Amino acid sequence: MPADSHPGPPPLTRRSFGRLAAGVLGGASLAACAPGRDAPSRDTPLRVMACNHVWSQAISKYVPEFEERIGRRVSMSMLTADQLSNSYNVKLNASGTDIDVMMMRALQEQLLFAHNGWLADLTGRVTGDAAFRWTDFLQAARDRSTTAGKVLSVPIVTERAALYYRKDLVDSPPATLDELMETSLRLTDRGGNVFGFVGRGQRNGSVSQWSSFLYSFGGDFTIDGRSGIGRPEAVTAYEFYGRLLREAGPPGATNMTLEQAMPIFAQGKAAFYVDADSIYTNFLDPKVSTVQDTVAFAPVPAGPKGARPYNIPSWSLAVSRFSLLQDEAWEFLRWAAGPEMVARIQADGIPGARTSAWSSPATLASFPPQLAAAMSKSSEIGVGHDRPEVLQVGRARDIVGRPLVAGILGGSVPTVVRDADAEFAEFLVRDNRYREA
Amino acid sequence: MTSTAEVVRAARPAVGGERTIARDNRRLKWLMLAPALAFVGLMIVFPLFYTLNLAFTDAFGAVNAAHSYVGPRNFLDALGDTRRFWPATGRTALFTAGAVLLETVFGLALAMLMRKAFRGLRLLRTLLIIPLLTTPLAIGILWLLILDPTNGIANHLLASVGLPRQEFLGSVSQSLPTLMLIDVWQWTPMLTLLLLAGLSTLPDEPEEAARVDGAGTWQRFRYVVLPMLGPTLGIAVVLRSVDALKTFDLLYATKGPGGGSDFEVETLNIYAYGLTFDYQEYGLASAVLVLFTVAIICVVILLRRRPGGRSG
Repeated sequence: MPADSHPGPPPLTRRSFGRLAAGVLGGASLAACAPGRDAPSRDTPLRVMACNHVWSQAISKYVPEFEERIGRRVSMSMLTADQLSNSYNVKLNASGTDIDVMMMRALQEQLLFAHNGWLADLTGRVTGDAAFRWTDFLQAARDRSTTAGKVLSVPIVTERAALYYRKDLVDSPPATLDELMETSLRLTDRGGNVFGFVGRGQRNGSVSQWSSFLYSFGGDFTIDGRSGIGRPEAVTAYEFYGRLLREAGPPGATNMTLEQAMPIFAQGKAAFYVDADSIYTNFLDPKVSTVQDTVAFAPVPAGPKGARPYNIPSWSLAVSRFSLLQDEAWEFLRWAAGPEMVARIQADGIPGARTSAWSSPATLASFPPQLAAAMSKSSEIGVGHDRPEVLQVGRARDIVGRPLVAGILGGSVPTVVRDADAEFAEFLVRDNRYREA
Repeated sequence: MTSTAEVVRAARPAVGGERTIARDNRRLKWLMLAPALAFVGLMIVFPLFYTLNLAFTDAFGAVNAAHSYVGPRNFLDALGDTRRFWPATGRTALFTAGAVLLETVFGLALAMLMRKAFRGLRLLRTLLIIPLLTTPLAIGILWLLILDPTNGIANHLLASVGLPRQEFLGSVSQSLPTLMLIDVWQWTPMLTLLLLAGLSTLPDEPEEAARVDGAGTWQRFRYVVLPMLGPTLGIAVVLRSVDALKTFDLLYATKGPGGGSDFEVETLNIYAYGLTFDYQEYGLASAVLVLFTVAIICVVILLRRRPGGRSG
């Protein structure tokens, strides 16, 4: 037997090393990209992704009860709304199994997530469970949870536009938008750093709050599937809101979202503020508010076409289609959005989506009486959306919000509206194409 | 007497041994390089090629959904977009050029000042490092609070000395200059430290000789120190420029998605991020990122080119 001059494994040549490296790289890439598909063990927690919202903070107090009930740990992550959305984009794009329950904004994300196939179909579960009482949810909220005939989410928080005002500065709230403008202008003292009105003015963020003004002037984002923002009533609404913030609002209004506008009212520097009714607790908390004794609540004043505030399901719960704990995730929804929990949460001052909770005097008693009355009125007359109902809501809001910015900055609103209307019309055609794809 | 042939024969085993060692060394070299190569492959090469591939598709909504190849359409759409892409390109260039120019001037001035020891130098050096150690996101939020037009301390100070209040980041026209100044505040110390290190390596003799020949302070700086500091200055400017081109956190933390209501601070980075996460248009976003990467490479090549036409 000839002696082997090179005992051991064959030499590692550059070529064979290249093959090995490519193999390792490819394998590692696939392993990194492919989510684990093993059956979860009893120790695997139920992962709930939530927005850092008053509802999540309230429900987290009760989560130990649920953990005991299902015998499984719940891991609840709380992020800001934008971070949450980005997190879904990253994880669900990789078909990640590390999200079971998703807290999401049905009006902002449901159509897109449904298009992407990221949401589990809950139709059989919600309708087949008598104790869950699906028909107890407000009709408008149920409509928003249903896409192409399938129930893909369950509403948990509802919001309506409300007028916050200072009762030490005005005797009674304005009944009409003209009165709001007139009083706001009168109370503005720029030298004294006090303003008649504050509201969101940032291009994208202000669209939802401006919607109540748009509807009250008789307009809408889309009419019969076509752009509605070029119509005269929309132009008037743009000009009105722009003038209100430009002449009676604080400086830097175009940079204002909820985070910037709310503190200005809470610090006593504005007489009126229009925003969602669900944030009222911020003005009653002495740690962040100097107006807890002087704040009062009213419905949004009426425009030429009456008072038409938005009335929407702002947050919902859904189950990720990639979740390996589908039954447990549904059990969480059943528990968190069930009649009993909604009543408990609403008694904590967080407006839910069940008619049983709204008709219960005990849960209504948790809200300041004026606010409860405003909520009740807005629920009756409200419009079920506060932004364009399209797949790419972010892009739509960017387009629709451009004339708002022009109005606040004192530019020519009709010129910008014409441009935005053409862009929005083109966008709607493309969005429809995506929907049909 | 030993013939040459015998010497060669006798040496053969040794040559064979050296070859084995050389071969072993080569193997060892590849093995030692393997983790780094794997990292570069996974984290840089693979994402680059994946992005390049996506740039030629109509990927929308979900990356893993079915999509078609559309050729160069996304590149043409981006290059033909005068509403967002070209203004964002202009802002990227303006922000980078403005911020890096000021940082270089101030950084050089501070480095020259700190070249000679003086009382309080240590304290000054420590203070200079603080902005460098703070994350841009925290700096953005900090300045957002300071410069808030209604509740911020900056306007209280201006008002207390009788100066008019400013909108700062709330203004469409003031936002970009304000953010450039914040960037200058944060990154000038980095230029200072790099240039200070460069200055400490320079020989004293040329400057001494110039002094003896009667050159003044400015002449010594302009004709002696600056040319000798050239290579360090070049590297510092390239490093900072590439970093400034990529600025994202500060802009996003202060102005949010889209770079403000009138897109006033929307740079290519912010635009690509918005296309990805706000619009889910992955094909177009990838094309913008590819174009941005090409632009960065061009900038680096330009900045590294020495006056004589040779690359440094």
